[in-house]
Amino acid sequence: MGRVVLVTGISRDIGRRFARAAAGDPSIERVIGVDVVPPRGDIGDVSFVRADIRNPVIAKVLAKEDVDTVVHMSVIATPGSAGGRGTMKELNVIGSMQLLAACQKSTTVERLVVKSTTTVYGSSPRDPAMFTEDMGPKRQPSSGYAKDVFEVEGYVRGFARRRPDVDVTMIRAANVIGPHVASPLTNYFRLPVIPRVLGFDPRLQFLHEDDLMAVLRHAATSGIPGTFNVAGDGLLTLSQAVRRLGTPSVALPRFAVGRLGATMRQARLSDFSPEQLGYLTYGRGVDTTRMRTHLGFEPAYSTAEAFADFCRALAPAEPQGASRG
Amino acid sequence: MAEEAREDAVVIPIGTGGRPGRGSGSARPSSAARNLAPPAAKPAPRKRAAAKKATPKKPTPKKPAPERAADAPDPTPGPATTRPRLDTGIPVGDWLSALQGAALEVFGDDWERRLAELLAFARRRLEGDYEVDDYGFDRELTERFFMTALRPIAQKWFRLEVRGLENIPAEGGALVVSNHSGTVPLDGLMTMLTVHDHAHRFLRPLGADLVFKLPVVSSLARKGGATLACVEDAERMLSGGDLVGVWPEGFKGIGKPFSERYKLQRFGRGGFVSAALRTGVPIIPLSVVGAEEIYPLVGNVPSLARLLGVPYIPVTPFFPWLGPLGMVPLPSKWVLEFGEPIRTDSYDAAEAEDPMLVFNVTDQVRETIQHTLFDLLRERDGVFS
Repeated sequence: MGRVVLVTGISRDIGRRFARAAAGDPSIERVIGVDVVPPRGDIGDVSFVRADIRNPVIAKVLAKEDVDTVVHMSVIATPGSAGGRGTMKELNVIGSMQLLAACQKSTTVERLVVKSTTTVYGSSPRDPAMFTEDMGPKRQPSSGYAKDVFEVEGYVRGFARRRPDVDVTMIRAANVIGPHVASPLTNYFRLPVIPRVLGFDPRLQFLHEDDLMAVLRHAATSGIPGTFNVAGDGLLTLSQAVRRLGTPSVALPRFAVGRLGATMRQARLSDFSPEQLGYLTYGRGVDTTRMRTHLGFEPAYSTAEAFADFCRALAPAEPQGASRG
Repeated sequence: MAEEAREDAVVIPIGTGGRPGRGSGSARPSSAARNLAPPAAKPAPRKRAAAKKATPKKPTPKKPAPERAADAPDPTPGPATTRPRLDTGIPVGDWLSALQGAALEVFGDDWERRLAELLAFARRRLEGDYEVDDYGFDRELTERFFMTALRPIAQKWFRLEVRGLENIPAEGGALVVSNHSGTVPLDGLMTMLTVHDHAHRFLRPLGADLVFKLPVVSSLARKGGATLACVEDAERMLSGGDLVGVWPEGFKGIGKPFSERYKLQRFGRGGFVSAALRTGVPIIPLSVVGAEEIYPLVGNVPSLARLLGVPYIPVTPFFPWLGPLGMVPLPSKWVLEFGEPIRTDSYDAAEAEDPMLVFNVTDQVRETIQHTLFDLLRERDGVFS
C-alpha cells in the first residue's frame, strides 16, 4: 500500500514539477494536485482537483481521497498573477490556516510537509553569520512574504502541538535557483544591468531546483519530523555572483536601489520587495548541519554549482515574463 | 690634444641655440649631412633600434668614425648621421628594455613568474573565480591585498615590536583578548597582520554591529575575516578551530579620552569568556602599547555623533582642524605582547553557565592585560622612540 500525497500550489512551476516527480516515485501510490487555477504544463499521472484552500472544501478532498501525506507548497513570494498584496496574503495565511484546520480534522493524514523559506530569518546587520533552526529573526518581519511565512510557520507549529501524532516536517529552503525558476531573485539576476547596494557585499546561499524537489520527496517519503534548513554548501558573495554571471552591475546607494526597485515594480519589470533589498544589502547564511545529521539529505549541488547551472541556462536564451514564484 | 677636444664636443653640445648646422644638438641633421646619405637609407632607423646605446644621444657628423663602429655594430656607417625627421620618438627596443627594467624593479628577479601570477590573480578576481568561507572571508584578497597594504604601516610607521609569539598555538581554536584604543580600530588591523606574519595564522576578529551596518566598512570587514561579535558566531568559529580576536572594551575603550589612556574599561558582559569556556579553548591576553597615542582624543561632539548614529565624533589636536592631514596617525612606537594562555579546558561546558566563574575569569584576563600594560609603559623610554 503506497502513500497518497496531496500537493498544494500545483499551478506554479515548482509545485507542478514536484507533483510529477512524486507521481513517479514507487513508494507513492497516488498524487493529487490542488490549486485555484489549473496547472499550465504537463502533469502526467497527477490527478488535479480544482479547489481553493481558502475555503473548507479542502477538508472534503482530504477525506474523499484518503490522503495520508500533505505537501504544502502554496506559500507564494510575490503576488504575481494572483493579484495584489491582499490576495497574496489571504492565499498564504488564510489558505494555510484552512489547510491546517482540514488536516487537524482529518483522520487519515499522517504526515505534513511544509515548504518554508530561509527568508523567515530576515536580513540585518545584527544577524549571526549562520542561522541554525532554533534561531529566529532579529527583528519581527513587518510586511510582505517574510511576515506571511513567519505567520504560517507559527500556525504549523500550533498544528504540530495539537496533533502530535502527525509528523510535521518544515523545510526552510534557501533561495531556489535553476534554469526553470522564475522568482524575484532569478529575475533580478536576469536584469541587463544589475543594481547593487553601494558598499555592501551580501553573502548569498542557493538551493538548486532539483535539490528542492529531492528534499521535498525525501521528506514526504521518510516522514522525519522537525524543522530543517536546506541549502547548497558554501556561499557566494553578490559581487562574486555578478562577476561569474558576466553581467555589468552598478552600485547605487541603498535608498536609490530601493527607489529603483519600487519603480521597476510599478512598471512590472521586476519584483523588488523590501525584504529582498534587505537580503541584497546584508545577506544571510544558514547552517545545514541538521539537514545532514537528522534529515539525512545531501544536496547534489553546492551553492556555486547551482549558480553555475543557472548561468549556463541564462547564457543562450533569456526567459522573460513570468514573475511568479 | 685636438682629438680629445673634439671628442668632448660630442658630449657637450655647443651652440644649441644657433642655426641648424654642425654640432648644433638639433634633431635635424645639417643639409650637408643629409646630402651625404644615400636616399634608400630610410628604413634603416628600424635596424638602429637594436643599437640602443647609440640612439639616445645624437651623434654629430664630427664624431670620429672608429668610435662609432666600436659601440654600434652598424653595417652602414651612413645611417647614424641620416636620421629622418619622422623618427623622433623612443624606439621600440627602448620601450621594451624600460618595461623589463621596471618589471625587475617592481617584482624582483623572478619577475616573469610573479607577473604571470599577478595577471592570474587579476583574472580570477574579475571572473569571480575565488572562494569565500561561511563568514564571507576572502583569503586570497586578504593575503594579497589587505596584508600587503598594512605591512609598510606596521613596519615603517609604527615599528611594531612583538613579544610572546610562542603563546599563540600553532593550531586549534584560541581566543585572543586585547585592549582597545586609538580612536580608530587600527590596533585590530595591526594585530591581524602580526598574527598572520609571525604566527602564520589568520586572526578572525569579532566586530561590533556598527561595523556591519556601515557601507564599505561592512563588506571590507567580512572579506577580511571579521564577523559579528555575538555568542553564536564566536562559538561557531572557536569550535571550528579558528583563532578569534576580541576587543571586549568595545567603543568604551577605543573612544576614551586621551587622559584615560592605558586604563582598561569594563570588559563587556564577559560573553567572550563564556564562549571560550563552552568550547574549551585557551584565552590569550594581548597588551598593545602605542595605539593610544596615534590619535589623542581630546574632545567629542556628542550631538553630531547622536545625529549620525555613531558612538563618538573624535576631536584630536589635529582633527578636524587640519582636514585630511589630521587623519594621519602619529608615528608612535608600538609593542604587542601576547601573554601566557589562560586555559579553560579544565572546566566543563556546564560551568560556562556559572556567572561567578565567568566574572572571575573575565577579571583574571583583565588584570593580566592591565598589569602587562603597566610593565610595558614603565619600560618604555618615549612615545615615539
